Amino acid sequence: MSNIGSYDEVYDKFDWQQAKNELEYKDGDILNIGWFCSDRNCERGLGDKPAMIWEGFKGEIKRYTFNELRLNSNTYAAYLSSLGIKNGDRVCIFMDKIPDLYFSFIGILKLGAIAQPLFSAFGEEALHTRMENAESVAILTTRKHFRKVRRIKDTLPALKHIIIVDDDSLKLEDREKSFILEKAEQIEHFDIFPSHEETSSVLHYTSGTTGQPKGALHVHASIFAQYMTAKWVLDLTDDDIYWCTADPGWVTGTSYGIIGPWCLGITQVIYDGGFGAAKWYDVLQRHKVTVWYTAPTAIRLLMKDGTELVKQHDLSALRYMCSVGEPLNPEAVHWGIEAFDKPFNDNYWQTETGAIMIANYPGMAVKPGSMGKPFPGITAVVLDLKTHEVITEPNKVGLIALKPGWPSMMREYWNNKKVFDSKFIKGWYITGDRSSIDPEGYFWFVGRDDDVINTGGHLVGPFEIESALLEHEAVAEAAAVGKPDPVNMEVVKAFVALKSGYEPDGDLELSIMNYIRKKLSPLAMPQEIEFMDKLPKTRSGKIMRRLLRAQEWGEEIGDISTLEDD
Amino acid sequence: MDEMEKTILDYVIEEYLEEEDEDEVSIDSPLISSGIVDSFSMVSLKTFLERKYNISIPDDKATPDAFDTVKSIANVVRGFVE
Repeated sequence: MSNIGSYDEVYDKFDWQQAKNELEYKDGDILNIGWFCSDRNCERGLGDKPAMIWEGFKGEIKRYTFNELRLNSNTYAAYLSSLGIKNGDRVCIFMDKIPDLYFSFIGILKLGAIAQPLFSAFGEEALHTRMENAESVAILTTRKHFRKVRRIKDTLPALKHIIIVDDDSLKLEDREKSFILEKAEQIEHFDIFPSHEETSSVLHYTSGTTGQPKGALHVHASIFAQYMTAKWVLDLTDDDIYWCTADPGWVTGTSYGIIGPWCLGITQVIYDGGFGAAKWYDVLQRHKVTVWYTAPTAIRLLMKDGTELVKQHDLSALRYMCSVGEPLNPEAVHWGIEAFDKPFNDNYWQTETGAIMIANYPGMAVKPGSMGKPFPGITAVVLDLKTHEVITEPNKVGLIALKPGWPSMMREYWNNKKVFDSKFIKGWYITGDRSSIDPEGYFWFVGRDDDVINTGGHLVGPFEIESALLEHEAVAEAAAVGKPDPVNMEVVKAFVALKSGYEPDGDLELSIMNYIRKKLSPLAMPQEIEFMDKLPKTRSGKIMRRLLRAQEWGEEIGDISTLEDD
Repeated sequence: MDEMEKTILDYVIEEYLEEEDEDEVSIDSPLISSGIVDSFSMVSLKTFLERKYNISIPDDKATPDAFDTVKSIANVVRGFVE
């Protein structure tokens, strides 16, 4: 019997008060996500229960109970407090998926500061953009990554503390310091910051079509949605061993790699290694993972190694699997059934929504290719693309829109009210994705409504890529679009016009690719560069990205009446 | 270590590692499974190999397993150079 039981019965009756009741929270109480994820579990008698089973890529394993999570996060909170970091300060976490990432995340929340996780593969420019915009006060990082921060710190006047957590033998410069958890005095009691529902908690940057990435700011009330969705969509129960493969640099890795499972008191596996099919099955087998939350790109990579490899492992403990990041194609759903005797259950949400919005549920028939139905408490519709009126006709494509007010809805884009306000039209939050709804109420993703590129389940904004391309010495004009890819759904393709004196050749293409990879991230790196004499532009000089994209996807080019004549 | 392995190792160090971490990687060090080179970065590595050795590596041969060490990468490349 699943946690949710009958979806239809639950959907009709649900109220978010249920989450509050189950978490034993009353309006006006202190609400602190860090406390719920650690201390509360200890008070519930789960202090000795494993919270984290961490495995490194070399096979080393470390286990931490909820009591150790409590103590280690207290210690981080106390240390950061001793530096003068206070409520509302943005504290970045920039490291691989090591235990310190998780302890510090919880510690930052306990302090009442704002956790700002950053993907560990970000290059200097990607780091700088996000840290400058947020005026981040501190960054926790490691020996492997701190030099990127060192190289940009002089242009980040708000940054006061660069804290290296795994090496205290380095020759440190101004504002740099080291903090080794194992050497620090363990803090038994930390005065949790008296946060309330609207106290800011987590800041995740996400890409849009125009401008640089925006910081979606979340609050402690998001826990009500993360708790309920982890319970009903991921179906997590007390005895589960859960593995979320997402990196906490992305919202899945915090909402469902930290907050969701731990506020439920669930043991989770954290694997700090790259992708490898055999290795991943080995992790599933050895740790007897029961619930697995991963991504379509990973699933499609696993498919390449076939079902035989799966069958060589004892995955009898694995009872439920979910997927997120981009629509899970029907072929992948069918393969999951063939390989694991059960489907991957797709679900849909965004950085801005903070928690799962539309999903498949245990006990509900999976329609391969569909993201499922709205979560209880979520009103989801599709709006006419032009009028923004609700479409009632089944199977007609429109913009996915959500009725605002769910607990984990972002409260703002950091310092960007104008763009935040633009996300709401006629009382609806506009996701930027297109979908249809079939007669049974299942949502079917069609595509983005804008130029944002979804590659490997992560959104990258063309503006950020184009801005970086223009900084390359050889580039005069640039456009970045998504092109189809069988594994990643889309990958970045750049169109480039060169400055005089530069010749388009393979070496220059590789040079530009590596330039973007190191400046921004591997995700943003164009996997193909097409050199053109000049890019198609409107008469007002705006590059017509959609024309280039349409060509890549074999779509109708549409209205080109504004195209600049040759 | 033969010349091809050295060329590939030098490129990996140059492109994917900080200067101070150069000594930590050998031709047998895991690259993909350790996260030094992620699956997206593999594309630029594949592009480098194709340009350098004037070959074309099919996608089904450029897998995370095949690209996990410098040694295994060199074996893949040799299969197309000869």
